[in-house]
Amino acid sequence: MNDLTPEREERSANLKGLGCSRKRVEDARFTQGKGNYVDDLKMPGMLHGDFVRSPYAHARVVSVNKDAALALDGVVAVLTAEDLAPLNLHWMPTLAGDKQMVLADGKVLFQGQEVAFVVARDRYVAADAVELVEVEYEELPVLTDPFESLKSDVVLREDLAGQTTGPHGPRKHHNHIFTWEQGDETATNQVMDSADVVVEESMYYHRTHPCPLETCGCVASMDKVNGKLTLWGTFQAPHVVRTVASMLSGIEEHNIRVISPDIGGGFGNKVGVYPGYICSIVASIVTGQPVKWVEDRMENLMATAFARDYWMTGKIAATKEGKITGLHCQVTADHGGFDACADPTKFPAGFMNICTGSYDIPVAYLAVDGVYTNKAPGGVSYRCSFRVTEAVYFIERMIEVLAIELDMDSAELRRINFIRKEQFPYQSALGWEYDSGDYHTAWDKALKTVDYDGLRKEQAERVAAFKRGETRTLMGIGLSFFTEIVGAGPVKNCDILGMGMFDSCEIRIHPTGSAIARLGTISQGQGHATTFAQILASEIGIPADSITIEEGDTDTAPYGLGTYGSRSTPVAGAAAAMAGRKIRAKAQMIAAYLLEVHDDDVEFDVDRFVVKGVPERFKTMKDIAYAAYNQAIPGLEPGLEAVSYYDPPNMTYPFGAYVCVMDIDVDTGVPDIRRFYALDDCGTRINPMIIEGQVHGGLTEALAVALGQEIAYDKMGNVKNATLMDFFLPTAWEVPNFETDHTVTPSPHHPIGAKGVGESPHVGGVPCFSNAVQDAFRAFGLRHTNMPHDHWRIWQTANDLGLHE
Amino acid sequence: MIPAAFDYYRPKDVEGVLALLQEHGDDARVMAGGHSLIPMMKFRMAEVPHLIDLQDIAALRGITIDGDTITIGAMVSQHELINHDGLSAAAPILRETALQIADPQVRYMGTVGGNIANGDPGNDMPGLMQCLDAQIELLGPEGSRVVAARDYFEAAYMTDREDDEILISVSFAVPAGGYAYEKQKRKIGDYATAAAAVQITKVGGKVATASIAMTNLSDVPVWSLGAADALVGTACEAGALKAAVAAMLGDIDPTEDNRGPVAFKRHVAGIILTRAITRAWDRA
Repeated sequence: MNDLTPEREERSANLKGLGCSRKRVEDARFTQGKGNYVDDLKMPGMLHGDFVRSPYAHARVVSVNKDAALALDGVVAVLTAEDLAPLNLHWMPTLAGDKQMVLADGKVLFQGQEVAFVVARDRYVAADAVELVEVEYEELPVLTDPFESLKSDVVLREDLAGQTTGPHGPRKHHNHIFTWEQGDETATNQVMDSADVVVEESMYYHRTHPCPLETCGCVASMDKVNGKLTLWGTFQAPHVVRTVASMLSGIEEHNIRVISPDIGGGFGNKVGVYPGYICSIVASIVTGQPVKWVEDRMENLMATAFARDYWMTGKIAATKEGKITGLHCQVTADHGGFDACADPTKFPAGFMNICTGSYDIPVAYLAVDGVYTNKAPGGVSYRCSFRVTEAVYFIERMIEVLAIELDMDSAELRRINFIRKEQFPYQSALGWEYDSGDYHTAWDKALKTVDYDGLRKEQAERVAAFKRGETRTLMGIGLSFFTEIVGAGPVKNCDILGMGMFDSCEIRIHPTGSAIARLGTISQGQGHATTFAQILASEIGIPADSITIEEGDTDTAPYGLGTYGSRSTPVAGAAAAMAGRKIRAKAQMIAAYLLEVHDDDVEFDVDRFVVKGVPERFKTMKDIAYAAYNQAIPGLEPGLEAVSYYDPPNMTYPFGAYVCVMDIDVDTGVPDIRRFYALDDCGTRINPMIIEGQVHGGLTEALAVALGQEIAYDKMGNVKNATLMDFFLPTAWEVPNFETDHTVTPSPHHPIGAKGVGESPHVGGVPCFSNAVQDAFRAFGLRHTNMPHDHWRIWQTANDLGLHE
Repeated sequence: MIPAAFDYYRPKDVEGVLALLQEHGDDARVMAGGHSLIPMMKFRMAEVPHLIDLQDIAALRGITIDGDTITIGAMVSQHELINHDGLSAAAPILRETALQIADPQVRYMGTVGGNIANGDPGNDMPGLMQCLDAQIELLGPEGSRVVAARDYFEAAYMTDREDDEILISVSFAVPAGGYAYEKQKRKIGDYATAAAAVQITKVGGKVATASIAMTNLSDVPVWSLGAADALVGTACEAGALKAAVAAMLGDIDPTEDNRGPVAFKRHVAGIILTRAITRAWDRA
């Protein structure tokens, strides 16, 4: 047998299956500018839509005069809420169970809100016509602070007047949306009352925005002859869009085809349904022509879904030795004018209840109050699973604050509180079952690699030198250990608008032994066409290079819930593996027939079935595929196809250990990242190169959020930074070198043990960068200061601590 | 971000530009690299029915070093500034400054003339030109005239240039001594939170002459005579630096924006100037 071993390895390598750093098959077109994005679509007679948007954050719309706009040559229509009302499309349901105005119905609730939709023969004419629509507003008092909003007499949502119960339970005030409670409040308070140490801290996780390079957009095309509506769009969940479009429009679902072509980044921004989609569809139905709508950068930043905006107050209880005994978390969530959060239905604050983090905390309580304000709606998961970035930032700051209170090293405080390897599967106090983990191993590896003790020694020397006046820079060591919760999710508790969050894969093996597989997900840059083929290659023994992956066309792909929350690999990747196994099962029967042995007497060997014990007698998958189509096999249907709909039994829980070393210029507030080390454990690794790319991308967005990226409003509700001059999108210039590392702790319930990785680096990265900034000032008495840590805020921290003389 | 319709002109000579400006008056604007004007048109904050592109005018290009005088044509790009060996040797502060403007793509298009003519307080060349005591040549229907950079800027986007004049070139004496352009910005492509241009000459271990200008700390670039005077006759020791900073702080008038509040900007202005002087002195 030994002489066969190299050959087997070679055959295995030829598959480019699991674990291979296969180059991305997508990149040939992307790097040559040959991608096909929504805005690349051009059709005969295509019309262009553009919005008249509100300059005010809160105002009554007294009148809309379209005459001048309609008089402009090339303008086809100007739609207002009045025009949509007869179709009952002037409002639309949100993913959070609320409803949202498609076009301003009597009032506007945020700056940039859609007031009228202009349709013209030319994109330029549409923009000119927007200027000609005369809207008379009557300004109303503006509420941009959720705490003020909860006290104010001003009613933001007059349409909800008198409704004391919302989709997520009782409403305490006319600007209150819901209270979501998890855990045991009484027991948690008891622990707080009797603990050795209780430390309380309030923190604001500022509002920011996913800001994908490609903004949101669509082309709607109603064919009045055959009654079919085709909708191309930047959709992270095309199948859900089809179902929602059918339910809203009354067009039967088989007459709607939704296509997500190449998508230039999503990061959660492209999960929701936006007024532009509805207006384009209506405009196409009315005109019988294709209608394109693509928002510009300012519209994207001002009006499509934001992220975060959580005011979090924590209390953490511990023994004198630092063993955590309880956690209390109260959140006030600013949802803007409509509750359009993209979360599974039963989770109005997403998976914020993962806020006990990576620690064995026996008792905990979480309460989240959602509040309406005069800001844009949204609340999406920006490169994270639902609200997990908020949760991890919260606990990783609370750990630091507790360490300060206890005068302990925060690395050690983490170590003594980690959930131990033998405790998995671990039931958290707030209701989750963590599937697998080995936190201590990862942590020790990380600290050893960066020479943590040496760094602390250097930091102490720096502080001493600073105090002696020999330097004006301080050194911060940022630590974070995170546990993600991804792969939503089990249909028993995860749905969006009633649709269970399974996913799917359908495979067809062609007679000559190549294949096509279609999935219910859609890549926005993740490289699905590369990695899903690798999963299948290992499962069915056909080279990844011979497998085409298709997603995003609802007429051809099986139904699925789309790509966000790192769910593609945990859910659709599992579906691919399961469908592959169905293929293999049939292939085994075919092989046995061809080899004239019993089914049980053949076994799978990389790319073939061999007769057990007689390796020279085999049939390759290529042989089997040909026979499947061209040979009459008793008891078997011709063909070699399979479909799998996968309902995951549990979430997956990737984790990681990050360390950031930063030098901070106390006088200018400029941080300089000297080192960033990221250890990720995402279970089984499908394509290490793609994982590394994902980690680099997620860390880059983490750096952005921690160090400056925000959507800020002034008191009048004006967005202060809706251009890329002010909204921080880091370039290669601002991004340090990232060192990546890994451990492998497979998920016990996933068919191939994979957990998902796209969002981990963002989730773990934000607290790591923030902790580095804050750690630099720990020796001078800083306990907590809010992000974003841009130059002036870092300078302000130093100034408040008296470090500027 | 779709501009209103406009007519586009691409004359071959300055006479053609002047004729178009005469014909269309306020409705016409000239465009150099376009990196300020085009975004303003896309935001519809600038309405320009007649846009005159200066790209094809050879007379506005070129860098000449004639004895003691350097002349830079209005249409010389930042990229050309950076890569001109003679200029980098004769006036290295131009290269140091240009390298801190935006990013390479913008610098291929962005020009010296456009950076100055627009009167944007965020631009870096205006302060530098004041530091170098540059003379700005303007051409109008009445012929050409020269204005000192130190007299050119009146307020944000308001300059001494008349609507029917175009900026032809800037010229200045080959600078002597040490130099520095120090700039703090939030990210690549950003305008300065604070920036300082410094030229210093040294005789006998003391500052003989100094010139200091600050960027984006008022609605115009700020040439601070007081700060320069505070250095003359000193060895740029700590006390002199403090005096220069104090004088400069008396001349600037920053406003709060997304880069930070006034107190922060004033503090950073002091730090940036201190660093610029220190580097220039080391090079003097």
